[in-house]
Amino acid sequence: MVVAATGDARIFQSDAPPVQGRRRHVLDLDDFTAGEITATLDNADAMRGVLERDVKKVPALRGRVVVTLFYEASTRTRVSFEEAGKILSADVINMTANASSIEKGESLLNTGLTLQAMGVDVIVIRHPHAGAPHLLARTLSNVAVINAGDGAHAHPTQGLLDLHTARAHLGGIAGRKVVIVGDVLHSRVARSAVWGFAGLGASVVLCGPPTLMPDPFVPQGWGTGTGGNGISNPLSEVTVQPDLDAAMEGADLVMALRLQTERQQRGFFPSVREYIRRWQVNDDRMARANTNALLMHPGPMNEGIEVSSRLAHGERSLIQEQVTNGVAIRMALLYQLAGATGVED
Amino acid sequence: MAGRRIMDADEIRRAVTRMFHEILERNHGADELLLAGIRTRGVPLAERLAQHIQDAENATVPVGRLDINLYRDDLSERPRMRIRPTTMPVDVAGRTVVLVDDVLYTGRTIRAAMEAVSDLGRPLRIQVAALVDRGHRELPIRADFVGKNIPTRQMELVRVRFCETDGVDDVSILERGGV
Repeated sequence: MVVAATGDARIFQSDAPPVQGRRRHVLDLDDFTAGEITATLDNADAMRGVLERDVKKVPALRGRVVVTLFYEASTRTRVSFEEAGKILSADVINMTANASSIEKGESLLNTGLTLQAMGVDVIVIRHPHAGAPHLLARTLSNVAVINAGDGAHAHPTQGLLDLHTARAHLGGIAGRKVVIVGDVLHSRVARSAVWGFAGLGASVVLCGPPTLMPDPFVPQGWGTGTGGNGISNPLSEVTVQPDLDAAMEGADLVMALRLQTERQQRGFFPSVREYIRRWQVNDDRMARANTNALLMHPGPMNEGIEVSSRLAHGERSLIQEQVTNGVAIRMALLYQLAGATGVED
Repeated sequence: MAGRRIMDADEIRRAVTRMFHEILERNHGADELLLAGIRTRGVPLAERLAQHIQDAENATVPVGRLDINLYRDDLSERPRMRIRPTTMPVDVAGRTVVLVDDVLYTGRTIRAAMEAVSDLGRPLRIQVAALVDRGHRELPIRADFVGKNIPTRQMELVRVRFCETDGVDDVSILERGGV
């Protein structure tokens, strides 16, 4: 386990080998094989069917207890986990913590041990420190841990819902060109998306201000060894192109990341105005991509900064679709960790 | 391992032919029928029954697919890691829904399927069709239409294979652990 600081982003490397047999935790996508990702997306397709019913309730997780333990603010992730658990008939308990009063270490572990002693089956954790979910997972013997975002490290359920949305609308991932644009340096969304998209065979281009790009990208601490697919390192297929106009050529999918405007004070980029001019995804830039290219954004969105309003609410935008699929993906993961037995047909 | 073969392709065909006649007879025709195949092997059986009804009565009976993994309740019918979509081509409300499965055993699968169908709407009635009834019921459930009653011991397995899913039509009894 390596924890390295870059700027104020804390990057954590788990060095996890691909999971064999039944998975206990979801900490990042780096230990998912391509086959496990595909199976999870297939299950999410079935869960979408449940979401579209008049009565959105199935008894699969009756008697299971899911706790959402959030040390950081969240709307869609927390609510979608709660909704996913409730649709599957689990009992869902929401816990929030004031990030300023809790440090990684004993207090987090003691909270986890307390929840375990209460018979909780799944803990969904969001934490400002990279690696906190891993720490919890190693400490608790009887609880499944799902990482709902840890520092700048990983956000695997977001990565999976992005893959699910992209697969449904592009008809597949392999061979597609995916552009991820914005604050890659501080983005756990980008990190998990890169593992997922590259692992399923997309060609991934990272774009953004050089100051917001891990530099050099690959030797960031997660470019060595084999990747989650166990075949080769998917990150070796990732390229960096700071010029968005050039990056857009031939793109099938553009993922804009949230610009953390507070970072302007830290001198990462000169002005929001300049950012908009060079890196906003808008109609003109979409025109350089493939004819049916699509737009995604993980939210919350600074409308008119990362993405033009017209595009965000236009027919190429999958932003609302991502939110719906987020519930389906979280249902699939909760079912896989707490409901299924791992027996295959 | 081959096991003991109980039915071959011709016997399956004759059993299915009798079953579709019984379904039509009991329901006074094909109006308002909905055949719901329970995944995996209930689906090809439901499709065959629908095809027979099409040929005999020139009536198109809708065929749905039920995945009941989200409704399982016990260890003998363990929920599987893979769930597939439940699809119904028409609304179940007001229909006579015939649940179709390859083997009727404890009845727990049928119980789960009844719950799954009820979550989709309120059918007029629910009936059960199974190619093989092997006994050992654990719930007050019986089949309305049965291809063949096969007395078994609990340690045995009944394996049904269909061309659509397995490349061959037959029914065999295997010793548990022998597959």
